[in-house]
Amino acid sequence: MKHEVNSKEVVFLTALHWVTVSPFLLAILIPIIYKYTKRIHTGWFVLPLPLILFIFLISNLPDISNGDVMHYSMPWVPSLGINFDVYLDGLSMLFALLITGIGTLVILYSIYYLSKNSEKLNQFYVYILMFMGAMLGVVMSDNLIVLYVFWEVTSVSSSLLISYWYQREKSIQGALKSMYITVFGGLSMLGGFSLIYVMAGSFSIREIIANVDLVTTSSLFVPAMLLILLGAFTKSAQFPFHIWLPDAMEAPTPVSAYLHSATMVKAGIYLIARLTPVFGGSPEWFWIVSVAGLVTLLWGSVSAVRQKDLKSILAFSTISQLGLIVTLLGIGSAAIYFDGVPDELYYTAIMAAVFHLINHATFKGSLFMTAGIIDHETGTRDIRKLGGLMTIMPITFTISLVGLLSMAGIPPFNGFLSKELFFTGTLNVMNYEMIDLSTWGIIFPVVAVIASIFTFLYCAILFFKTFTGKFKPENYDVKVHEAPVGMLISPAILGALVIIFGLFPNILSYTIIHPVMTSILPNITEQIEVNFSLWHGFNTELFMTFIVIAVGALLYVLMKKWSQTQFYLNERDPFNNLYDHGYNGLIKGSQAITRVQMTGLLRDYFVYMYTFIILLAGYTMFRSDAFAVDTVNVSEISPYMWALSVVFILATLAVPFINNRITVIVVVGVIGFMMALFFVQFRATDLALTQLLIESVQVVLFMLVFMHLPKLKKEVFKPGFSLVNMGISIAVGAFVTIMALSAFAMGSEAGFDTIAEYFIANSKELAGGYNIVNVVLVDFRGLDTLLEILVLAIAALGVVSLIKLRFTGREDV
Amino acid sequence: MEILISIIIGVLFTVGTYMLLMRSLLRVVIGTMFLSHGAHLLLLTMAGLQRGGPPLLGFDAEAYADPLPQAMVLTAIVISFGVTSLILVLAYRTYKVHKTDDLNQLRGSKDE
Repeated sequence: MKHEVNSKEVVFLTALHWVTVSPFLLAILIPIIYKYTKRIHTGWFVLPLPLILFIFLISNLPDISNGDVMHYSMPWVPSLGINFDVYLDGLSMLFALLITGIGTLVILYSIYYLSKNSEKLNQFYVYILMFMGAMLGVVMSDNLIVLYVFWEVTSVSSSLLISYWYQREKSIQGALKSMYITVFGGLSMLGGFSLIYVMAGSFSIREIIANVDLVTTSSLFVPAMLLILLGAFTKSAQFPFHIWLPDAMEAPTPVSAYLHSATMVKAGIYLIARLTPVFGGSPEWFWIVSVAGLVTLLWGSVSAVRQKDLKSILAFSTISQLGLIVTLLGIGSAAIYFDGVPDELYYTAIMAAVFHLINHATFKGSLFMTAGIIDHETGTRDIRKLGGLMTIMPITFTISLVGLLSMAGIPPFNGFLSKELFFTGTLNVMNYEMIDLSTWGIIFPVVAVIASIFTFLYCAILFFKTFTGKFKPENYDVKVHEAPVGMLISPAILGALVIIFGLFPNILSYTIIHPVMTSILPNITEQIEVNFSLWHGFNTELFMTFIVIAVGALLYVLMKKWSQTQFYLNERDPFNNLYDHGYNGLIKGSQAITRVQMTGLLRDYFVYMYTFIILLAGYTMFRSDAFAVDTVNVSEISPYMWALSVVFILATLAVPFINNRITVIVVVGVIGFMMALFFVQFRATDLALTQLLIESVQVVLFMLVFMHLPKLKKEVFKPGFSLVNMGISIAVGAFVTIMALSAFAMGSEAGFDTIAEYFIANSKELAGGYNIVNVVLVDFRGLDTLLEILVLAIAALGVVSLIKLRFTGREDV
Repeated sequence: MEILISIIIGVLFTVGTYMLLMRSLLRVVIGTMFLSHGAHLLLLTMAGLQRGGPPLLGFDAEAYADPLPQAMVLTAIVISFGVTSLILVLAYRTYKVHKTDDLNQLRGSKDE
């Protein structure tokens, strides 16, 4: 079957581009809308956008289902191979539908969740729209760099949303944690993308997949894979980077339902799925992805049991479910290893992954929303306080029940179907003809069952602790009642989808799941069977489900026993300690480094600067072999000049050791006047005059100021200091001397004519002056002199204000 | 003579740098003066010294000394005078406010 690829070069944004761009545009308008429509909840203005986008995407679904692909390329930075490419195939379509569909429901829900009177709605919706646009960009970009940019924008907007209630200390911490971890991963991912570019010579995912041999045969294959997986694992909260997700629950619940369960945390999964055609088929990919997923699955489900906060349970449950999907993608990548064999043995796992991705979005979305409703109406999310809400909140109860049964894997809901498929996928591993899988493969189904037992257990805890038992009104600060209808619409829709997908799973088979599978496994060329059914007969999978339900139920009954152990009481994830130590260590370490180098002492800074200048310039001179001395073209030294030089050098060398103020001024003055004598010797009469004049003024100035300054003290240094100072000074002096000699030698060797000939020739004719130096200053370079006067004026102003300004005692000097 | 002057320049830079590294503000100011002196001599020496007469057209000479570095140094002298005056007064003001001219005592807070 040949698929039609709709590929076009465009110069301006197409409708598909607008899908990504429009949320950003609306985000710009939100502050204005918010300002002028205070009486209407801002959410109503946001709601139509994701709805329209969802309808637009759905209208394109039939084409995608046929296997068509839309691709529009718009040049952005063509010189670097960066184009704003939008690419819509099955995989992108699935994610785009999730983003806009769940987005619509979440925004509807948020309208009732966030009060228009007390919340900063403008900020909330700007961030949400920013996220929506960026997330759509991630899943629809064909260019890796564009994908990376959008990826980081989702990290930033996620952090902003976590810290939405920024008055709370925990929100800030949660936001920082998610930022550090996801941005760390994002940067390493960028490194991985660059390596891919080095290998394949392109940032376009399609081109990379087309030239996949370039990548798989390269020695950079494994490093690039590891770096990219780091990005995917941090974003999708895979073990051990999962710790940011529970802390992200400080965000308002609509955000948790949207970003931290349905969409953003699945960006990593998207990336893994998207790059499976590139990296899949290698044993490293198979093992890393599937084992990371398996550990996350187990760790998440066990940790979820220990939590007491509704949203924390759901957060760890999300981690575990993400691990499940990642495991399946890892297992399924073997289909590429056994190239060209579209065997059910391998692709079942991919099918399960895609199906569970959809199911998880539906049931977890509805569960987060009902958890939010409980929080909103009772004021608490602590399962030790909650209880007996079944009769008080009957609709919430029903929706939660559906979601929980689905998550626990009980028929006839969609979670059951994907869990059965998950078991099938793990069982298949034992039959893979890969290294050691016939012996080690048993780990997969065993871990799957254990994790599912804990999944069942926390679902039971969530359900019974919240809805059954005795209702204790004294536990709540508010009067508890059912939520308003508007708030219930969104979770109810998702709950209905849980049932519909459970009873009629095959409406998804060829509309969306098959196209997604062909995106992940491009070597599936013929039509494969995608079929779900509730009843498979008495097989191993069903038997596994029975074990899960039986052991899970048993553990719940025994909860009184184990709830007193440290396992349950100490709920904090041990990996947080690692993060905390690392974080504190980083801050302490950087403070220590800063303290060593930023001493606040002028002397130390000069030492750094001089050392680097000498090392750099000295090295350059050494490298280019620039040192030279010209002893031929030098002018003669008169005895008068000898005497002058000796006195000058002695006077200069004496200055640092003089501790009497007047003597210092006199010696410095003498040195200045001797400068004038030098100028006379050098035939520079104007300089000599200027130097004399200025030195006189300066001596007077020094005298005036010195009267107000303390006596000079003999400076006592630590022995090391003094040596370092001496060494650096001598090095600077020696370097300048060498530079002067070499420059002079080079100048006479090159034998260039001096450009001064022009001035000498034209000074009389053009400027009418005999003193060439003066003519140069006031005529040929007159503007320079004007600006020099300006500098002097500014200096004079500075001097006057520094002397005249009176202290009021409030200046911060 | 250029070699001799190059050595003098070296001495000026050595002493200037050494004084910049000292603790008294006044010595730092003097250090900058020495650095300027050194720079002025450097500019002149580059062009070669004592060639021809002073660059005055009326002066009876076969050739004139290069006027361009002289013009540049003249500008530099004036500017360095401005700079020296400013930091001198700045030192004075610092002493008035902080009652010390010791740079070790003028350092900022610990974790700045």
